[in-house]
Amino acid sequence: MSIKKDISLLPSEKFKFVQEGTKLSDKKFDNKPVGYFKDAWRRFRKNKASVVAMCIIIFIVLFAFLTPLLNTNYDSTFKDIYYQKKAPRNLFLSQFGICDGGTNRSFSESGLIKTIAVGIAAEDKQSNGDLTIAQGLKSKYQPILNLSEPVSYIDGAKNEKLSYPGRVEVYYEIGFIYKSVEQEEYKRIVEWQEKTGLQVLYPLIEENEFYPDTTDANYWYKAVKYKDQGVMPVSTADGLIKRISYSENMKLEDNYMRDNDGNAVFYQYTGGGNINTAQYKVRILYYNYYIYQNGFEPEYIFGTDSVGFDLSLRLAGGIKLSLLIAVCVSIINFIIGAIYGAIEGYYGGVVDITLERVSDILAGVPFIVVATLFQIHLAAKVGAVPSLLFAFVLTGWIGTASRVRTQFYRFKNQEYVMAARTLGARDRRIIWKHIFPNSLGTIITSSALVIPGVIGAESMLSYLGIVKLGGTNATSLGTLLSDASSIWTNFPHLMVFPAITISLLMICFNLFGNGLRDAFNPSLRGVED
Amino acid sequence: MGKYVIKRVLLMFFTLFIIMTVCFMLIRILPRELPTDKVQASAIASRWEALGYNKPLLVQFGIYIKNIFLHWDFGTSWKIAFRQPAWDVLTGRLLPTILVNLYSLILSIPVGIGLGVFAAIKKNKWQDSLISTMIMVFVSVPSYVYAFLVQFIFYFKLGWLPPLVYSLADGGGSWLTWKMFVSMILPVLALSFGEIAGLCRFTRAELTETLTSDYMLLARTKGLTRAQATTRHALRNAMVPILPMIISSFIGILGGSMIIERIFSIPGVGQLYIQSINLLDYDVFMMDCVFYTFVSLLAGIAVDISYGFIDPRIRMGEK
Repeated sequence: MSIKKDISLLPSEKFKFVQEGTKLSDKKFDNKPVGYFKDAWRRFRKNKASVVAMCIIIFIVLFAFLTPLLNTNYDSTFKDIYYQKKAPRNLFLSQFGICDGGTNRSFSESGLIKTIAVGIAAEDKQSNGDLTIAQGLKSKYQPILNLSEPVSYIDGAKNEKLSYPGRVEVYYEIGFIYKSVEQEEYKRIVEWQEKTGLQVLYPLIEENEFYPDTTDANYWYKAVKYKDQGVMPVSTADGLIKRISYSENMKLEDNYMRDNDGNAVFYQYTGGGNINTAQYKVRILYYNYYIYQNGFEPEYIFGTDSVGFDLSLRLAGGIKLSLLIAVCVSIINFIIGAIYGAIEGYYGGVVDITLERVSDILAGVPFIVVATLFQIHLAAKVGAVPSLLFAFVLTGWIGTASRVRTQFYRFKNQEYVMAARTLGARDRRIIWKHIFPNSLGTIITSSALVIPGVIGAESMLSYLGIVKLGGTNATSLGTLLSDASSIWTNFPHLMVFPAITISLLMICFNLFGNGLRDAFNPSLRGVED
Repeated sequence: MGKYVIKRVLLMFFTLFIIMTVCFMLIRILPRELPTDKVQASAIASRWEALGYNKPLLVQFGIYIKNIFLHWDFGTSWKIAFRQPAWDVLTGRLLPTILVNLYSLILSIPVGIGLGVFAAIKKNKWQDSLISTMIMVFVSVPSYVYAFLVQFIFYFKLGWLPPLVYSLADGGGSWLTWKMFVSMILPVLALSFGEIAGLCRFTRAELTETLTSDYMLLARTKGLTRAQATTRHALRNAMVPILPMIISSFIGILGGSMIIERIFSIPGVGQLYIQSINLLDYDVFMMDCVFYTFVSLLAGIAVDISYGFIDPRIRMGEK
């Protein structure tokens, strides 16, 4: 009673109406409603690792699609048979000491001299062979980038020998090659030489007792093959054949072919009938010849692969192929799995049991057997990639189907479905409009997680050679790796780039898929906050 | 339970039979090649005639099944090991595969489960996030990348271990010698990374779930220490799904890994498979297909059945 009394004590002027004349209604929401997908996206963004993974995936996809466009020098069919397995080289980046086209190597004395000699000969424009090693090392075409102090070791025959660890630029190392040209071509090269000042043609070598290997155009100096040390340069100055060993000031004696006047000979007639078809043997500096042929210096940011293709383009092609297969498989699995699972789950009973038996049997076949059989039977008819797709699709949808089936079992007897049925909705409408959207999240997740599995399986099959995807136009990351598998210790870039790419792809797609799974899983809502 | 096991085994053989039929048809319709040597070719051709290779497909399949039941004869190798029974060719390759995978399992089960338990106990601390990140990396990276990595580190850089598994002659005439074991360390390592990561992820997931369940709270309220509650209650319950997984990997070791066998030149079942495709030795290929199918089916039902044995609360096959 006391409260009532208290209120009655309050003066009436302190009271006023909350609302007078205006209508009272609910407040409008300031924020927009959040749907299922928006909510999932919001939760996905919170997962830092998945977002990073998604960015890396986008980057890799961009790399795959942009590389062929940005690479103006080469297209995917460009192949150079002399520049095979060469290390990464980029003139701009080489200023910072990376991508300089170099590999570390330990030279024997004879090998070192031969390599340095390439630079000497290229520099020796007058072809009189009077440059020393020290001068030759300064040449632009000098393959030796740097040289460390020699290390002594004991060889198989118990002799003490020196080995020279150093770094060699593999594009210059090719040095000189012999080539057969027609007169027209020869004239064009000479013209080009005068225009650009780059020398392509170098004197031929006299085929005498000082020429140990007549197919190797790099032995321009007088050399003799010794049993213990290999091919070593000799001096014949005073009528005696004397072996020269490596030193800073050593001079190599040239063995150029000369005519009666003592001038170096640049070409030699080798055969052919008339003036147009006659073939001449010339000795060319391959690096400059490459520029003459293509109009640019060899620059391969990822190096070249084992048959002379640009590795970055091969990688881009491999990524594209992998992703294409993976996305196709994922979409097809999505569709088949959804329909199959929906029918199984919705109708149940005999239909369910029969369909389950079929998918059980299919699931029992090991994937590798399926892939092999499809390759053997179909590869010749429809091509390797479609038959690989068939193999993936044949058993791939089973997981999706069983997830959809579970979801259907969960939802098909709920009240709202019954209500829809009572209102006269047909089966098809109930399946796709009312029940299926519930399972969308799980299917999207499983479709995303199919992608890394497919990429891994595809690269494994092509690595093993069960699926043969190597070709001029397209290759697979697995094929690149299997090409590299026996030689990668000498050419690490062949192995490193594809391996990193495929590892990154797998890790990122797994992370991305896990992020999606967590984002679409309603039971986790609010747990992590 | 017994009824369920029998039902599953029968179903397994039914599935195996259907897969075998399809595989057999698909393999037998492939054209066979005769060697270029005329005398040998005519000998083989007449042998094939006698074995019924020229009869209608269904009759051939009948002969095939009859031979399996009567003589345990799965056909003959014509290329890899001339005129030896395919079964013998396969069983001859089993030991190296089993050994390498067995070593790898012996290494990865304790390490994987141990790391998983550790990560689950330290959930949401830095140890857990470190292990989880490593798991993600190691699960995703394909096994051949590890293979190259371990070859690079342990052979080229450190020079401790041989890069390839020795052949039987180099390894002392037996697969079980110490020298052979040393040469198998690299493939074992390459196989184990993925296995460890997989087990670790599974253990961590299961254990974190059981660690947060109500009976753990009850156990702590009862007065058990955290360690006691974890080992007596959480770990035992977490083991229910982990053990079947281990059992299935033990069966899976029969199948082996083709890639690892190829990189380390282990003359195992996987190598045989690749060889039989490359040389088109169809009977051996068929044998290999049957073997792989059987192993994968067996692993599948072993998981289902072992659930019932490990945890009697789970009644398998109940409606």
